[in-house]
Amino acid sequence: MKKTFKGLYLALIVFFLYLPIFTLMVLSFNEGKTMNAWVGFSLKWYEEMFNNRQIMEALGNTFTIAFWSATIATIVGTIACIGINAMGEKKKSIIMGLNNIPLLNADIVIGISLMLTFLMFGISLNYGTVLFSHITFCLPYVILSVMPKFKQLQNLTYEAALDLGATPVYAFFKVVLPDIMPGIISGFLLAFTMSVDDFVITHFTRGAGINTISTLIYSQVKVGIRPTLYALSTVIFVIVLVVLIAINIMSNKKKEKNI
Amino acid sequence: MGKYPAEFLKIKMPLIELIDISKSYDGETVLDEFNLKIKENEFITLLGPSGCGKTTTLRILGGFVTPDTGKVIYQGKDITNLAPNKRPLNTVFQKYALFPNMNIAENIAFGLKISGKSKEYIDDKIKYALKLVNLNGYEKRSVDSLSGGQQQRIAIARAIVNEPKVLLLDEPLGALDLKLRQEMQYELIRLKKELGITFLYVTHDQEEALTMSDKVVVMNQGYIQQMGTPEQIYNEPENAFVADFIGDSNIIDGVMMEDRVVKICNHIFPCIDEGFGRNKPVDVVIRPEDIIIGKPGEGTIDGVVTSNVFIGVHYEMCIQAGGFEWLAQNTTSYPVGTHVSMRVVPDNIQIMNKPQSEDEEAMALDE
Ligand SMILES: Nc1ncnc2c1ncn2[C@@H]1O[C@H](COP(=O)(O)OP(=O)(O)O)[C@@H](O)[C@H]1O
Ligand SMILES: [Mg+2]
Repeated sequence: MKKTFKGLYLALIVFFLYLPIFTLMVLSFNEGKTMNAWVGFSLKWYEEMFNNRQIMEALGNTFTIAFWSATIATIVGTIACIGINAMGEKKKSIIMGLNNIPLLNADIVIGISLMLTFLMFGISLNYGTVLFSHITFCLPYVILSVMPKFKQLQNLTYEAALDLGATPVYAFFKVVLPDIMPGIISGFLLAFTMSVDDFVITHFTRGAGINTISTLIYSQVKVGIRPTLYALSTVIFVIVLVVLIAINIMSNKKKEKNI
Repeated sequence: MGKYPAEFLKIKMPLIELIDISKSYDGETVLDEFNLKIKENEFITLLGPSGCGKTTTLRILGGFVTPDTGKVIYQGKDITNLAPNKRPLNTVFQKYALFPNMNIAENIAFGLKISGKSKEYIDDKIKYALKLVNLNGYEKRSVDSLSGGQQQRIAIARAIVNEPKVLLLDEPLGALDLKLRQEMQYELIRLKKELGITFLYVTHDQEEALTMSDKVVVMNQGYIQQMGTPEQIYNEPENAFVADFIGDSNIIDGVMMEDRVVKICNHIFPCIDEGFGRNKPVDVVIRPEDIIIGKPGEGTIDGVVTSNVFIGVHYEMCIQAGGFEWLAQNTTSYPVGTHVSMRVVPDNIQIMNKPQSEDEEAMALDE
């Protein structure tokens, strides 16, 4: 009895979590244009999607911005962590507090203030301003996920390496970096997803010319959504799913190797 | 100068010298005008309670902490500001600090690779070092798969393959259980003999310090309390702190009546100390194992046994006598309530000046 209830509960949760996405996926294969009637199976929306320059551009923008902002934020954030780690306890907690404020700040506030700043300095809004904004809001996430690794490290292995004759740079790359790598990777992934996910900040800092997937969909909602966007959403969902599974398998393999 | 051969001068010169080292953190003094000379091939131990500045001393030697004032001299050269990676000494850290992303062989090879040794040389050294620490065939193992004691020995192996002139060891056995600790103590002494290098050892365990060292430096609150051979430290503690810290002891208020006569608990005890003056209040140290127990009236002072515990080879008893609870050890058991007498051979009574204040105590010892 208890067991069946447990199973039922779980099934219900999974059902409600995935029902919307499932609906969307089904509709993306629908021949007709309406949302409430199944006309027949077709791949025409996929075809249209791949032939639509606007969508392809938005797709490209979304992932290049996510990749570069996550990469740059990860490098800058890791270097920042080295510096923060070397500070005294008091300074460290102040800096970490400052780091956490943007995390709690509403996206809309960050978006508008970034836009105002760009305009104040006479910078025209374009791909670069979006990239810069994404680096800005990704940075705290990177710091937040790398910093605990430094805490675990307690400088022990770093000092041991110096003691054995390593220069600070050699010690960092040989000893510290491998130890904090899990934090760096999760920081990168977090930054990447935050960037792909973002709508509000991109909306305020993009120029007239450039679109990411989210801003594109938003602009099309106003004129009526075509099922091409269902196809696009399905593709993105599948890509994300595959990447997540791959990461999971890889990290499991690594764990096994360590044992 | 000229007429001494160079060899002779080298022996006379200490290998390492700490001169007037002071260090404070946030206004709190950790080391205060600390002076220490370490001779070549010596096994020297810093002994003191937790927080007395032992690790800080080692870190200053290793180059991880810069002293506020004072100098670190190595073979006559000032190395106070030399980077840690340029110093000719290696450390076995309190928490091992092995590299978890490398296997055992890579851990041990770390320093050798940096100094650009050939692959054959490195492989040979790894084999040799693993044999030395009794972990043959552990090359490919991961750090996580080793027990605390094994990790400890790898940390030692990793340090000694570099053939440092001095090995600094920071409570290397602190995390091990008693049996393993004793085994490792012998192991370390054997290693020291085999390698012929200078050991600077840090511990808060007085037994460990006394069994292993050539020279013990007792520290408290950043000051050296006493320096000497283990026998000197144990038999002739210079003050109440040392006496209390090293082994169990009775530290009793006494009055030096005249040379070689001390009054304890209103009873006159003959002793061998001189030069304290007449009617001078002093601290008297008597080791529990030096108290000779007899029938009432046979000794210097009579008392009653108030507790009795068997602690292995002998019984540890508390004896209430003359308003003081004496701690005594004997292979014969005297049950609680027994009336006994106690006496002490004059040789075994250690007289110490009473410190007026803590500062004065420390000052007096620094001289
Ligand atoms: N980096 C540091 N910052 C602040 N205080 C420290 C630091 N390192 C050591 N101390 C303080 O210095 C004192 C001595 O520490 P330590 O040398 O580690 O003692 P021990 O090794 O003898 O236990 C302690 O009170 C400790 O809190
Ligand atoms: Mg310590």
